[in-house]
Amino acid sequence: MSTTERPKVAEPAFELHGITKRFPGVVANHDIDLRVTVGTVHAVVGENGAGKSTLMKILYGMLRPDEGTIRVGGERVAFGSPADAIARGIGMVHQHFMLADNLTVLENVVLGAEKLHGIGGKARRRIEELAKKYGLQVEPGRLVEDLGVGDRQRVEILKVLYRGARILILDEPTAVLVPQEVEELFENLRELKREGLTVIFISHKLDEVLSVADEISVIRRGTTVSKCLDPGEVTARELAQLMVGSELPVPELRESTVTDRPALKLTSLTVRDESGRAVVDDVSLTIHHGEILGIAGVEGNGQAELVEAVMGMRSPDSGSIVLDGQDIGAWPTRRRRESGIGFIPEDRHRHGLLLESSLWENRILGHQTERPNAKGFWIDRSGARADTRRIVDEYDVRTPGIDVSAASLSGGNQQKLIVGREMSGKPKLLIASHPTRGVDVGAQAAIWDHLRRARAEGLAVLLISADLDELIGMSDSLRVILRGRLVAEADPAAVTPEQLGSAMTGASSEGER
Amino acid sequence: MKTLRTSPLALTVIAAVIALVFSVIITSVVLSISGFNPPSVFQAMIDFGLEPDSVVNTLNRSSTYYLAAIAVAIGFRMNLFNIGVDGQYRLGAMLAAAVGGAFALPPVIHQVVIILVAMAVGGMWAGIAGLLKVTRGVSEVISTIMLNFIATGIVAFLLHEDRLATQVAGSNNIGTEPIASSGRVPGIPYPGAGLEIYGLVLLAVAVGVGFHVMINRTRFGFDLRATGLSSSAAVAGGVDARRMVVAAMLISGMAAGLIGMPQLLGSSYSYGLDFPGGLGFIGIGIALLGRNNPVGIAFAALLWAFLDQSSQILEFNEIPKEIVAITQAAVLLSVVVVYEIVRRLGLRWQQQAVAAELAAGSAKRSKEVAA
Repeated sequence: MSTTERPKVAEPAFELHGITKRFPGVVANHDIDLRVTVGTVHAVVGENGAGKSTLMKILYGMLRPDEGTIRVGGERVAFGSPADAIARGIGMVHQHFMLADNLTVLENVVLGAEKLHGIGGKARRRIEELAKKYGLQVEPGRLVEDLGVGDRQRVEILKVLYRGARILILDEPTAVLVPQEVEELFENLRELKREGLTVIFISHKLDEVLSVADEISVIRRGTTVSKCLDPGEVTARELAQLMVGSELPVPELRESTVTDRPALKLTSLTVRDESGRAVVDDVSLTIHHGEILGIAGVEGNGQAELVEAVMGMRSPDSGSIVLDGQDIGAWPTRRRRESGIGFIPEDRHRHGLLLESSLWENRILGHQTERPNAKGFWIDRSGARADTRRIVDEYDVRTPGIDVSAASLSGGNQQKLIVGREMSGKPKLLIASHPTRGVDVGAQAAIWDHLRRARAEGLAVLLISADLDELIGMSDSLRVILRGRLVAEADPAAVTPEQLGSAMTGASSEGER
Repeated sequence: MKTLRTSPLALTVIAAVIALVFSVIITSVVLSISGFNPPSVFQAMIDFGLEPDSVVNTLNRSSTYYLAAIAVAIGFRMNLFNIGVDGQYRLGAMLAAAVGGAFALPPVIHQVVIILVAMAVGGMWAGIAGLLKVTRGVSEVISTIMLNFIATGIVAFLLHEDRLATQVAGSNNIGTEPIASSGRVPGIPYPGAGLEIYGLVLLAVAVGVGFHVMINRTRFGFDLRATGLSSSAAVAGGVDARRMVVAAMLISGMAAGLIGMPQLLGSSYSYGLDFPGGLGFIGIGIALLGRNNPVGIAFAALLWAFLDQSSQILEFNEIPKEIVAITQAAVLLSVVVVYEIVRRLGLRWQQQAVAAELAAGSAKRSKEVAA
């Protein structure tokens, strides 16, 4: 602890001025100004798609701005590649980890930076030195595949520090962490700050931003709307309204519409992976008509496999799946969908869309055999096109027409199209994985509205979400999944996100009721 | 709005023209280096290629090329690489010829039986690769190549005087028993030509139309395309991937079985050692050039056949006709690159157009609000 916190008037670590980036399909950056002081944690907040990631890519050399200047340490620079940026001491910690699972921590850190300290003892000593200095405890010899999410993130940070970064950009670092791990991360960030490093913290989770940041800048629709706010002087709600430019929707259910008719009943469902490990372990649950059942859990604890088993994309090893009294466990995916299961997939690009096909062809996907998309053996083009227009209207899909490719829509509009499609034809059961991930606030409110309306009409929903507020607000009942098992049950009316977070990591049993 | 509908066909045409120009340049360079005058060589090729007999030959040849390319394209549309079209074609043509030569059936029935046998054999041969893929996980690339060798062996074994072949009168070529006149398809006369256009050129056209309808208008075709565009999305959308693999291989093989039919029923009437080989591989190139689109493939097949035909004049002028192979290879290489560039540009243009359209729309809305 050589230095204490530096005075706020100190020189800027870097300055962006008038940054503009025109980019097809997504919100461009427009006249962005940003000034970040050395030795601070500076938060950049904004909605999904507001242009935060584009801005950061410009800062670490992935993209070149069309206009504007970047100054690092008072000197004007132009980055041609991330290598130029790291040479200036700017490093990026990505939202999605870029680590090789089958290598050790040491190997991952030195990979691509072998010239600095070799790959042997010298590199190990350097890593241990950095880890000690910044309080990032990881053992260099461990395999990355054995590490938890929080440890992996520390390895990512070490990677950047090892390359000599003095300015760290963290893109949505808490998205994959549970509340306890978030606290550890913040402790690490404070340590980095104390050592004189500068941290850019990109997030849209306002409580976290307020607790860790020294200064906050808000980006809306590609431009900076507020610069260098003092976290002591704004509230989360004020920040949110700056981000959105309007009132915020709240996920909530008004009166209960739960009936006593079971829609989906899973009994002792077990799914094993190739190595024979149970990734879904003895799961039993019942969702009634008019009920939304939420599953809370850290990503990768069997949610994806559970969904795939219900959809018939993966065959369970034992247990039964009953829809409206009928055992559908042996049915192929198509028959399950025909019998009234809608599916909003977690990864819309992998499982929900044909990106290069038109919107109306995407309307057909997953419903190839159903009206109005098909007449017997034939595709009913005019029927599908007319119904696509209906979805575009009812779900407010922002598009100039239904002949454009799905890839040309923004993520939120793609999601609205998928939700509209899956709600068509009155499904009995909706499997909704992260239904509002990556959509803007307006679309989020609309999707919640559609879910509430369908629920009132008797739809049963299996809701999986990483957004704990959404889960708690939109569920009639909650289960917690951990390593493939349903370990706890919670009452959405009483549980707090913190309790849910504890239950998700298995840290305590407080979430149990 | 118009810019948004830059049709894939228009892009294909632009890309193909660019590739063609590029390959003409490369060929010119090679010709110049070899000491020939490129314009006069091209002039000679075009003059010869447009002679009536050449036109007939080009059409006939392109019908086989077309069928071969459609067979390949059916697989390509689903990201299946049927490298075994060649073996499926030869085995189908030979067994169909043998069956057709063994019996004399009433006209129409006779031809239909021959064609059905060819389709069945081709489909079965490709189906083996499909089954191996879904049951044992064998890559269809490997299995169809291996099946080509096996097909070559079977054809060589059966095409023997002790088995299915006889000596062709007046030559030392051997072939299957000639098909009786009831099983032949009359040709279409072309003004000024001594040769006739194969009647089964119309079969190629029908297959092209059938391919278009199947791909674009049927549920099966939708599933096929969806699987090709994103197999994960197709599976989530209820497509049975295993069934689709087997079905696509069967249909591809059935189309492959048809490749030999125009020649078999139109001029040779028996399957002999002189049947062309390597058609399946030419088909891969033509399918690529035609972008797996039935109309595009038609143009590509005509171009390929025209180059083959017109290159024959080169030898009279003491120019090696392999120069045309360079042209064809240059077309293919450049077209693969150009298509990819055009595809990306097309996506980008569309994204920009959509963004611009939406920006204009919201500006209008906010103006209305302000007003």
